[in-house]
Amino acid sequence: MTKKQKKELRRIILAGILFFLMIIAEHTAGKLIPEVSGTFPLRRIIFFLLFLIPYGIVGFSVLRKAVLGIGHGQVLDESFLMALATIGAFATGENAEACAVMLFYQIGEFFQDYAVGKSRGSIRKLMEIAPEYANLIGEDGNAEEVDPEDVPAGSILLIKPGEKIPIDGVVLTGESLLNTAALTGESVPRSVRPGDAVISGCINGDAALTIRTEKLYEDSTVAKILEMVENASARKSRTENFITRFAKVYTPIVVAGAVLLAFVPPLFVGNFGEWIHRACTFLVISCPCALVISVPLSFFGGIGASSKAGILVKGSNYLEQLSLLDQVVTDKTGTLTEGVFRVTSVEPAEPLTKGELLYFAAAAESASTHPIAAAIREAYGKEIPLSRISDAEMRAGRGILATVDGRHVMAGNEALLMESGIAHKGLNEPEMTVVYVAIDGAYAGSIGISDVVKSEAAGAVREMKDLGVRQVVMLTGDRKSVADAVAKKVGVDRAVAELLPEDKVLCAEKLLEESAGRGAVAFVGDGVNDAPVLMRCDVGIAMGSLGSDAAIEAADVVIMDDRISKIPKAIRIARKTMRIARENIVFALAVKAAILILGALGIAGLWAAVFADVGVAVIAILNAMRCLRN
Amino acid sequence: MKKKFNLEDLDCANCAAKMEAAIKKLDGVEDASVNFLTQKMTITADEARFATLMPEVVKVCAKVEPDCRILL
Repeated sequence: MTKKQKKELRRIILAGILFFLMIIAEHTAGKLIPEVSGTFPLRRIIFFLLFLIPYGIVGFSVLRKAVLGIGHGQVLDESFLMALATIGAFATGENAEACAVMLFYQIGEFFQDYAVGKSRGSIRKLMEIAPEYANLIGEDGNAEEVDPEDVPAGSILLIKPGEKIPIDGVVLTGESLLNTAALTGESVPRSVRPGDAVISGCINGDAALTIRTEKLYEDSTVAKILEMVENASARKSRTENFITRFAKVYTPIVVAGAVLLAFVPPLFVGNFGEWIHRACTFLVISCPCALVISVPLSFFGGIGASSKAGILVKGSNYLEQLSLLDQVVTDKTGTLTEGVFRVTSVEPAEPLTKGELLYFAAAAESASTHPIAAAIREAYGKEIPLSRISDAEMRAGRGILATVDGRHVMAGNEALLMESGIAHKGLNEPEMTVVYVAIDGAYAGSIGISDVVKSEAAGAVREMKDLGVRQVVMLTGDRKSVADAVAKKVGVDRAVAELLPEDKVLCAEKLLEESAGRGAVAFVGDGVNDAPVLMRCDVGIAMGSLGSDAAIEAADVVIMDDRISKIPKAIRIARKTMRIARENIVFALAVKAAILILGALGIAGLWAAVFADVGVAVIAILNAMRCLRN
Repeated sequence: MKKKFNLEDLDCANCAAKMEAAIKKLDGVEDASVNFLTQKMTITADEARFATLMPEVVKVCAKVEPDCRILL
């Protein structure tokens, strides 16, 4: 609780006690005072003055603001309307009600303030990735605590165990485990050693590190993320814009309704006091605060929940689009697949074993830097002494020849074996690159290498379809046979292959046209060379781009790790946020409309009106905070 | 040139929206946003004009929401 809130609470309690004393007094001692003395309404005036005490105590701030508001020409200000409504109640002789309404209004405001403060607190917690200081190592070798913003690029920083990495950099000394949960939502720690790049916002494990900074603080990942989350509310969704426009007309209309209600019906049916009293309920309901707070708060909560899950959404409008996805267009390499080559099949010919085949192939390829050679070496997994290999000879576009343990090994594509007239078993695996191996002139087997489809890709695509995405399309520059094989494995509806980067934009435009009137189109890519498509689609989603500035710049949604399963998760969060925002709009409007009607009919009094104002706001805020949880 | 300011005692979301609208109307302000949740105000204007602009911003904000203070 802030100081101001404590003061407010004390006032409410004091006024509440006095109010109840007055009520008791009115019902007991009140009877002893004559109702009128001559023509003077004695009892009413005495209790008016008595109720004025708690009213003044609890309502002072409202009255003060109302007076200041009139001075500034702010006649439709909430405080002014509240003051007017309660003064109207006093004028019609409803002393206790006027006082009670002010009291309950302030209690409602207090809760509203408290709830907003709580939500601000939970949002601030999300922002706790911001480093407070950096341990700068000076020339004398001693560390000094400085503001991260004052650290020049290329400085040496000490990261003690448990501290946040303040600035992006490279590890110089030390080995440790980094907790990236605050950035990626991933709870498995990442191990780092000298030479590895580290990202600001990660929390160091239990060993000290020294790093050399590569950037300034303001260009570091953590600063970029914070700026993005803070600015996210500036890009407003259609729902928020609607509420802002609605709020602008709502208050004047309800106030006009109040004026009409106060003066028109009495012309026909008389009873001026009763109609003024009813008009006062209108004035109390006329504040649009419940809507104006709760809808943006819902979106903010949704953005907060996404960032907790390692999904950065750059604006409420993108959250809205995510909830309305008609098509998801994805890149292949690095998005649906791992983006690295791995050995996926080893087929030795008799009498060789898989291990032996891999050994010979890996040994023969040991001099090569080709990604395929690297994949074979990795599959073999053990270091091979160079002394066992001799006479390695590369054949460009064919493969490699080498002598391993005195045996003549040949590893390469089909053409290499055919040229040497070696009979072999052809492998019909369209998505694979196949390396054929021959030993001493005889066929020894084949090794298939492919870019592995991510284990969660098929599940993620199925989940997207379950969530109502009509079509998932894969765009790739790769060969058609590879594209089709991956498409089949992952379960995408359509695969468009052999595309140049500029073709991808044209293709995306066609898909956008297709979806016009149906919903939004999202593009998912790794952000490396698909920036134009990322920008062209309704929602550009970059993934696996932690620390990649270009992708963070171009995309609307950034997935911090490279898990495609985060996309259905983002859709779910977006849907939930939209649902809660809608619930709040419908709930607030329905309650307000109901109380307006009942108030006009004289059924609902000022009490109900106060509930329709601050009570609804508090409930809507609490509902909006559900967006933060997932 | 964009500048950020912290706000104190910004209690009402509707007032934040009103403040934003009022600041946007000031001569020399290119863009303004008042964030009720983070209690921050961002103003885009020509750098040279900030010095003369800020007192005006403070004035219009005080009109809308007398309790709210801009931490300059």
